[in-house]
Amino acid sequence: MEAHVASLEATLAEARGGGGDKYVERHRERDKLLPRERIELLLDRDAPLLELSPTAAAGTGYVAGASLVTGIGVVSDVECMILASDPTVRGGAVNPHGLAKMLRAYEIALANRLPLFFLVESGGADLERQIDIFLPGGAMFRELTRLSAAGIPTISLVFGNSTAGGAYLPGMSDYVVMVKERAKVFLGGPPLVKMATGEESTDEELGGAEMHARTSGLADYMALDEADAMRIGRLIASRLNWRKLGPGPRRRSIEPRFDAEELLGVASADLKVPFDVREVVARVVDDSDFDEFKPLYGPNLVTGWAAIHGFECGILANDRGVLFSEEAQKAAQFIQLANRSDLPLIFIQNVTGYMVGSQYEQGGIIKHGALMVNAVSNSTVPHITLQVGGSYGAGNYGMAGRAFKPRFLFLWPNAKTAVMGPEQLAGTMSIVARQAAEARGLEFDEAADEERRAALAERIEAESLAPYTSARLLDDGIIDPRDTRTVLGMSLSAAHSNTVEGTASFGVFRM
Amino acid sequence: MNKILIANRGEIARRIMATCRRLGIETVAVFSDVDRHARFVFDAGEAVPLGGQTAAESYLRIDALLEAARATNADAVHPGYGFLAESAEFAEACRAAGLVFIGPRAETISAMGSKIESKRLMIEAGVPVVPSVTIDDIPEAELAAAGDGLGWPLLVKASAGGGGKGMRLVESREGLVEAIGAARREAGSSFGDDTVYLEAYVPAPRHVEVQIMGDTHGRVVHLYERECSIQRRYQKIIEESPSPALSAEVRSEILTAAVTAGEAVGYEGAGTVEFLVAPDGSFFFLEMNTRLQVEHPVTEAVTGLDLVQMQIDVARGEHLPEQSSVPPVNGHAIEARLYAEDPLNEFLPSIGTLHQFRIPREGVRVDAGVYDGVEIGIHYDPMLAKIVAHGRTRAEAARRLAEALGGAVIHGVQTNRALLVRVLRHPEFLAGDIDTHFLQRHSPVELGAPLTGVAEGGLHALAAALADQATRRAAATVLGAVPTGWRNNPSQMQEVSYQRGADRIDVGYRMGRGGIEAHIGDQDVAVSGVDAQPDHVEMTVNGVHRRYQVSRAGGRHYVDSALGSTDFVEIDRFPESEEEAAPGSLKAPMPGVVRRVDVAIGDDVAAGDLLLVLEAMKMEHNVLAPVAGTVTELRAAVGEQVEAGRVLAVIEE
Repeated sequence: MEAHVASLEATLAEARGGGGDKYVERHRERDKLLPRERIELLLDRDAPLLELSPTAAAGTGYVAGASLVTGIGVVSDVECMILASDPTVRGGAVNPHGLAKMLRAYEIALANRLPLFFLVESGGADLERQIDIFLPGGAMFRELTRLSAAGIPTISLVFGNSTAGGAYLPGMSDYVVMVKERAKVFLGGPPLVKMATGEESTDEELGGAEMHARTSGLADYMALDEADAMRIGRLIASRLNWRKLGPGPRRRSIEPRFDAEELLGVASADLKVPFDVREVVARVVDDSDFDEFKPLYGPNLVTGWAAIHGFECGILANDRGVLFSEEAQKAAQFIQLANRSDLPLIFIQNVTGYMVGSQYEQGGIIKHGALMVNAVSNSTVPHITLQVGGSYGAGNYGMAGRAFKPRFLFLWPNAKTAVMGPEQLAGTMSIVARQAAEARGLEFDEAADEERRAALAERIEAESLAPYTSARLLDDGIIDPRDTRTVLGMSLSAAHSNTVEGTASFGVFRM
Repeated sequence: MNKILIANRGEIARRIMATCRRLGIETVAVFSDVDRHARFVFDAGEAVPLGGQTAAESYLRIDALLEAARATNADAVHPGYGFLAESAEFAEACRAAGLVFIGPRAETISAMGSKIESKRLMIEAGVPVVPSVTIDDIPEAELAAAGDGLGWPLLVKASAGGGGKGMRLVESREGLVEAIGAARREAGSSFGDDTVYLEAYVPAPRHVEVQIMGDTHGRVVHLYERECSIQRRYQKIIEESPSPALSAEVRSEILTAAVTAGEAVGYEGAGTVEFLVAPDGSFFFLEMNTRLQVEHPVTEAVTGLDLVQMQIDVARGEHLPEQSSVPPVNGHAIEARLYAEDPLNEFLPSIGTLHQFRIPREGVRVDAGVYDGVEIGIHYDPMLAKIVAHGRTRAEAARRLAEALGGAVIHGVQTNRALLVRVLRHPEFLAGDIDTHFLQRHSPVELGAPLTGVAEGGLHALAAALADQATRRAAATVLGAVPTGWRNNPSQMQEVSYQRGADRIDVGYRMGRGGIEAHIGDQDVAVSGVDAQPDHVEMTVNGVHRRYQVSRAGGRHYVDSALGSTDFVEIDRFPESEEEAAPGSLKAPMPGVVRRVDVAIGDDVAAGDLLLVLEAMKMEHNVLAPVAGTVTELRAAVGEQVEAGRVLAVIEE
């Protein structure tokens, strides 16, 4: 696990480094702050910041972080979603991963009702990849105004370029702050205007902060410098009269009795070796106090009640990876109970899937799995998913995988996600190939199969690893296992910004 | 004598009341509006409001004091020191009203109150005196010649003066007339008597005084000497007993001379005969103070006597013991006067709210009238407290006193604490090698600089930042349970900047899983074992664990630790541009009243010219032209009250 954590840290360092020393230096020479420096100045002192998908795009050919920083932080006592373009990476241009990261941040803000700050300085879309950005990219603006329509304040602080389509970022925001002599917000710059109409014009005339503050009215506030923009942003947040809609923590937060440091040793390096997930729970929940529900039934799935940072919640955690009918039924009941009690649910995944085999098919494993998937799909309390090991097959679905839209989904660095294990997948493919060859009466090339099988297993394995999936925005980030309590606590708190209400309305439970 | 009205305030009122309580005598306090919440008011059995703010409106009002005594059926009055303690008129008025005045007879006060008259009496009694000249009858044109007779430099002194008020050192003939004028004004406002005279100046003298006590039966005894050579602006700040300088012969002579002086005037009560002692051991009568002295506690410490009790006994007509029955001197005692003033800025009084005031009391006596939250204003003497240490030896007393002062917690006003500590630890002081010019030889700016240096200041700034961090986390309305400053992708530390005097201190910290990372300025510091609370921080820095007390008041942070005390102003995260003062503008160095304006708009002035005179805390402060130029603005008029920092005048070069 230490190696995984070290590798995570190396990728995070790459993300912090932005476009590299040369571009960071050039940015500083212009007396500008880096995106994280801007965020730090915007945040309340000593309050936390949970960066989301910090390793987005890592290993894809783009710089780790995807030229955008997103995260949940506290501004003037308001929990906010903060986005900041990184102008040191290709001028802050939006690439496909950055777009996905941005839209995911919007989605989280909308689901959890988090006021949104956008710290803008971006050269627009990465034109070489326009096909991947132009059409889906419209959502950058559509979703921004939908947030506003949902009553969620949107605040743009413009530090530099925000031109062409980018001009609609401030354009769609509730509040706009522009930095004097720095912000440039226009649909077309001087060369384009010259080409289009023959008019001679300057940046300042077309889109300077002074012009927008005094003439066009697009800027609500003109900041004297970058720090002043943050000061004004904090002022805006302080005047939002913001109230969270959830009930908030019900009790005092009590640290777990067991040391979080030991989480590094709890999860097995080899996912085939099972570990007691209660060891994880004991190092995450308040006072290590976990009231198990149905402890004697369906023991491969542990369910129970606990609190994190005083937020009460239900926990479903895979103990040994396989889900049988009993586990599925237990989960369906537990999810309904949490909905009755309006309690958020935390899914701790280490699942190999639902049991296969004639005995289990005949026992109705599909029916029972469907109960669980039905419950998790229709449940309306906030879901937070944490992968502490493998997540395979329909088990991923039943345990609130990405497609089931949990409010947040985090991975431990050892996590693996795939439709099935690489060896099983390659083996299955091999069996299918052999059967096809036999059906056609062809001789089966054992050596070639062995080679194909190994290569496939290797590729599937690589694609199942946390750095791979996280780089592709299939989750909200890889976390250090020792931060689990903090990350879950912040997620629960964010979820409580919105109403926390369960439902009695599920799909037809097939009995 | 059953009930004593104390016609005074502050520490001396409390000190007198303490003895009265012990003797079973009831007490009455009187107080001005400014003092209505003061400790001494509540220490007294009864208290009578005098109204008013200034001394003249309150503690100097004889009619109101007598009325207060009548209203409370007091049968005696203790005047303390200062105010009316040496007013023959008051002593006489008390007697006429049937009250016992705890002090000498009015005639004695009158005779000794006039420095001119007192000298005449001493010359008659054979006590050596410093040559002097009265100038009331000398025309202005001949003053300089009179000065020549005494030699230069010379002193202009107020006949009714004391404590350096109304006193001026004049180097040569040129400054004489102006110095006389200034001394007269100061004397007039402080003592109600503007008579001044000229006195020969004894170079590098020591100030040695003898405590005497006389009864109503003709006996005068001495209670040994005190040395008060450490002075600033003629104001004693460190006093001790016995003097470290006197040989047995000189001591014997000086004590005898003092008793002779007392006997010459039939002295009753507590009095002090002050002498100048030249380096060769010759001594001169300076003046006689017909009251309890500020520094009487050092005498009490080495004799074990209670001087206030003796005053009361004598006033009751009791007999003093013979000289041979006075206890011998036991050990050595040193007193330090803690003033609210700025030694780095010409000892300008420092006013403001005294947010916290605590002096470790182990082994020292603290006589203080101030308390947490009191306003230190411009109306009264800026002395906060007297701290007295008694030791087997002088070195022990000095060490103990320095330690107590060093460990004092004083928040809200500037003080001379650092200067006192540095003097008490100074090799020359410890060698007894002192005279009244000590603070001319040794720069008050160096001695008075904060005891904590850059390194200590940095640690204290870090402690302040960590304490604030704890305050903010405790007050967080959301995510309060999350570890402080938590980041899953940490990019920088929490940065805080403070202003300490002229210095800016940038500190940063990050508390993570592995402990704390921190920097002070651009130095990384190894910190561990941190327990940060809103009001204190414990941490181990470079292997040493200390506790740092952190408090905030009036926009400042105060940090106290074994390393000393510091205070800071936090620099705003988002500084706003400041309105700049026009260059060449002169700001009031302190709050006060404009007494004189010597220039008009349009006047050309040279650098150093007197522009106007500000009076505060009963001292005059000259505001001089910093540069040559033309006065373009004048924003102060005579009699106007101005606040510190107010632009008084603008000079264009």
